[in-house]
Amino acid sequence: MEPQIIKFYQTGSFAVGNRLLDDSQRSVQADMRRSNSLNSGHRACQGCGEALGARYAIDAAMQATKNQLIAVNATGCLEVFSTPYPETSWQLPWIHSLFGNAAAVATGVAAAMRVKGREEVRVIAQGGDGGTTDIGFGCLSGMFERNDDVLYICYDNEGYMNTGVQRSSATPPAARTSTTATLGADPGNVFGQGKFVPAIAMAHEIPYVATASVAYLRDLEAKVHRAMSLRGARYLHIFVPCPLGWGAASEDTIRLARLVVETGLFPLFEAEHGEVTGRYHIRNRVPVEEYLKLQKRYAHLFGKRPAVDTIGRIQAMADRNIRRYGLLGEEA
Amino acid sequence: MEKPFAITLDVGSSLANKTGSWRTHRPVYVDRLPPCNNQCPAGENVQAWLYLAEEGRYEEAWRKIMEENPFPAIMGRVCYHTCETACNRGALDEAVGINGVERFLGDQAIKYQWRVEAGAPTGKRVLVVGAGPAGLSCAYHLARRGHAVTVLEGSDKAGGMVRYSIPKYRMPREKLNAEIRRIVDMGVEIRLNSPVEDLCAAIAHHGCDATFVAVGAQRGRHLQLPSTARVPVLDAVQILRDLEREEAVPLRGRVIVYGGGNTAFDVARSAVRLGAIESLVVYRRTREKMPAHRSEIREALEEGVTLRCLSTITHVGDGVLTAERMELDAKGQPQSTGETETIVATTLVLALGQDADLGLLSGVPGVRVADGLVEVDRNLATGAVGIWAGGDIVPADRNATVAIGHGKKAARQIDAFLRGEVLRRPVKHELASADKMNTWYYSDAPRAIRPILEAVRRTSGFAEVVGDYDEGTALYEARRCMSCGNCFECDNCYGVCPDNAVIKLGPGKRFEFNYDYCKGCGVCISECPCGAIARIPEAI
Repeated sequence: MEPQIIKFYQTGSFAVGNRLLDDSQRSVQADMRRSNSLNSGHRACQGCGEALGARYAIDAAMQATKNQLIAVNATGCLEVFSTPYPETSWQLPWIHSLFGNAAAVATGVAAAMRVKGREEVRVIAQGGDGGTTDIGFGCLSGMFERNDDVLYICYDNEGYMNTGVQRSSATPPAARTSTTATLGADPGNVFGQGKFVPAIAMAHEIPYVATASVAYLRDLEAKVHRAMSLRGARYLHIFVPCPLGWGAASEDTIRLARLVVETGLFPLFEAEHGEVTGRYHIRNRVPVEEYLKLQKRYAHLFGKRPAVDTIGRIQAMADRNIRRYGLLGEEA
Repeated sequence: MEKPFAITLDVGSSLANKTGSWRTHRPVYVDRLPPCNNQCPAGENVQAWLYLAEEGRYEEAWRKIMEENPFPAIMGRVCYHTCETACNRGALDEAVGINGVERFLGDQAIKYQWRVEAGAPTGKRVLVVGAGPAGLSCAYHLARRGHAVTVLEGSDKAGGMVRYSIPKYRMPREKLNAEIRRIVDMGVEIRLNSPVEDLCAAIAHHGCDATFVAVGAQRGRHLQLPSTARVPVLDAVQILRDLEREEAVPLRGRVIVYGGGNTAFDVARSAVRLGAIESLVVYRRTREKMPAHRSEIREALEEGVTLRCLSTITHVGDGVLTAERMELDAKGQPQSTGETETIVATTLVLALGQDADLGLLSGVPGVRVADGLVEVDRNLATGAVGIWAGGDIVPADRNATVAIGHGKKAARQIDAFLRGEVLRRPVKHELASADKMNTWYYSDAPRAIRPILEAVRRTSGFAEVVGDYDEGTALYEARRCMSCGNCFECDNCYGVCPDNAVIKLGPGKRFEFNYDYCKGCGVCISECPCGAIARIPEAI
C-alpha cells in the first residue's frame, strides 16, 4: 500500500492565521500591519460582536482599496461606542449624520468623489440592523435601485441594543427583548413577522449581495474583497452576536456566530445580480438547541417544561434555510 | 486655534480611554502539559518535537527527542506508544501517529549521520552495569553531561532485551547497532563479555564515583510439569537469545507456546517464520486479559499463529500435552473445570515471564532486595549511597520505554550527586485536557496508514513487518498534532479580540496581551484551539 500524500496545514483555513502558510495566503487579520480601522479604547461591551465584525470588514476593505476608503455610519451602537465627542476610534475618514440616512449620505459622498475625479476613493455605509432594516430602509432601497457605487454593510445583532434591547424587524421569533416580553401563550417575539434584508437586496438585482458571520473570518474577508472588486450598489449582511442584549457570556460571541451557521438558522451565501452564486456548506450540523440554550433571551424555552413546540418551529426555520439555500452540499 | 462653529475640542483618539479598567478576569498565556508528554514513560516532549517536524525542521525535531531519549529509531519500532492512547486527537478522529513520526526522525538521523556531542569533561567516572536500554540511556545522558562512563555487559553484544528478546522482524539490527554506535562515538566505553558477579569488587576495580545497575530480568520462569515424556520443554528467553546468535533453534513441527505476554508472541511468530507446521499460544485466561500488546496479537493471528485461551497445560506426554479447560470466576480469576483435552505437540515453549538474577548485589551493604526486585526510592536510588538501579530489576512496568526513562532519571540524579547539588523537581504544568481545547479549528484529517508487509511475505522470513512513513506522510502526520496546551501561532487570539488588545510579536515570538485595553471578555480563551490561555481572576 502506497501512503497517500495530502497537502495539509494543521488548522487549514479555519483559524485566523497559520504559521505554515505563506503570508499572502493568510487572512488580513493575521497581518501585523493590519490597519486596525476600529482602534482600542472604544466603549463597546466585553465580547462585542459588532466591534469585531466592523474591524474585520473595514480592515479587509482598507486592504482591498489600498486605504482609499471613506466610511459613513448610521446611528446605533457602532456609532455611539466608537465616537464619544471628541474621541474617535476610527482610523479612516468617517462621517455620521442621522439614524436613517446613512445610505443616502454615502450616495452623496460617492457622487462628490466622482465629481472630483477621485474614483479610486471608495465609499462604505454601515449600520446596525435597526438603522438598516427599519429606520434607514427607504434610503437603502433607493441606493440599491439607483445602483449607486456604495458597499452597504449591516451588522445584524437582532435588535436595538444601544437604546435598551428593543425589538427590530431583524429580531428572531421567540426571542425576549424589552418590547417582546416572555408573557402569555406565545412568549417572546412572535412568529411570522420581520424580514430578511439580504433577500430583499437580491430582489433589487444589484451587482453583489452576501451574508457573513464573525465566526467565519476567511469567508467574510473574501466577500469584502469580492464586493470591493465590483462597482455599483453592493450589500453585505454580517451576523454579530450581542452578549448584553442576548444574555450570553461574553466569551461565547464567536461560538454563537458559529452555531447559528452550523444549525442552519443563518445561511451564508453570496449572490450576483439576484442569483445565488455561492453558499457555505455546513461542516458540522447541530440541532438549534445548541445555539438557543446559550442565550438568556431564549431561557423561557428551556427549564423544567421545555417549549418543545416552539423549539420545533425554530428547528423548522433552520431546516427550511438548509433546503432553500442548499447548505448541506453534495451529501444532501 | 480657530475652530469651526460649535466645535470646542480638538479631535482625540479613543486610546485615551484605558478600557483595561473594566476587567474582572485577565487572560494569561500558559504552556499546559500535553497528554502525550504526560504519558510518555521516557519523558519525551512529544508535542515540542512534533511542532518542529511540522515545519519540516527534522534535525531540530530529532535533537529535541535526543534531549530525553537516545533511541528514536528503536522507540519508533518497539515502543508500545501509550502516548497515542492518551492523544486528544483520538476523540476527534484518530490519534496522531506519533510512533511512526518518531521512527521517521530516528531513521533520518541514521541516514544523515546526525551526532550528539559529549559534554565538557567533569573528571568524574560512572560505572553502568548492563548495556540494555536502561544502562545505555543512563550512559548517554551522563556522557552528555561530561562524565566518563564505563558500561559492563555480560553478553557479547550491547542492546539487552531489545536485542535478545525482540526478533528482527520488529527491530532490524542495523538500526539498533547504529543507535548504540552513536553512544559509543560519544566516548562511552562498553566492555562486552564482562559479567559482574560482585558489584563491590567491580566498583573497586574500576574506581568510579557512582554506579547504575540495570542488569535486566533475563531468567525465564520455569514450571515443573508432570511429565512422562519426550516433548522437549524449552525456555522462551533462551530461544530468542539463540535466534539472535543465529544458532539452531528447535522450533519445528507443532510448536506450543505457554503464556500470553509479548515474549510468547515473539516466539510464536518466530516459529511461523522458521517453518513450524503449527504455532499455538496457550493462555490460562481470556484473550482480553493477555498482557501482550494488541498489535502484537493481531499481527500474530494474521501470520497464522493460533490461540487457545482459558487453558492450562497439566501434563506432558509422549508427543501430546494434556490441557485443562478453565473458567473465569466472578473476580475474573481462572478456575479449573476438571475437563481435559489433548494437544499434539512437537515442542513446548514456556513463556511465563522473567526474573532478575541479582546475585551481584548480595554483598552490597544497604541494598535491599524484595520479591526478586531491588528496592529503590522515587529517584531510583538504592539503600547504598552512590548506587542507583533501574529497568526490569526495580518495581515498574517492564518495557524498553520505561527502561529508557529510568536511565535518564538515574543519570540526572547521578549528575546532581556528582556535582554536590540537590535536584529540584520542576513544577508540573497543568494538564491540557480535551475540555480546554477548541477543536473546531482543526482540519478533518484521518490518520495516515503505515504500510504493513503482506502476511504471506512476512512468514517466509524475518523482514520488518511495519513499514516506514515517507517524508510526505511523516509531515502530514506531524501536522495532525493539535499542539495541546502550547501556542502554535495560529493568530486566533490576535484576530478575535474585539479590542485589539493582543499584540503579535512576530514569527516564533508568540503574542502578548495589552492589559491597558483588554476588557477581559474571554473570547480569546474560548477560541484558542489548543487551550494555551488561562483565565485568572483580577485582584479587585
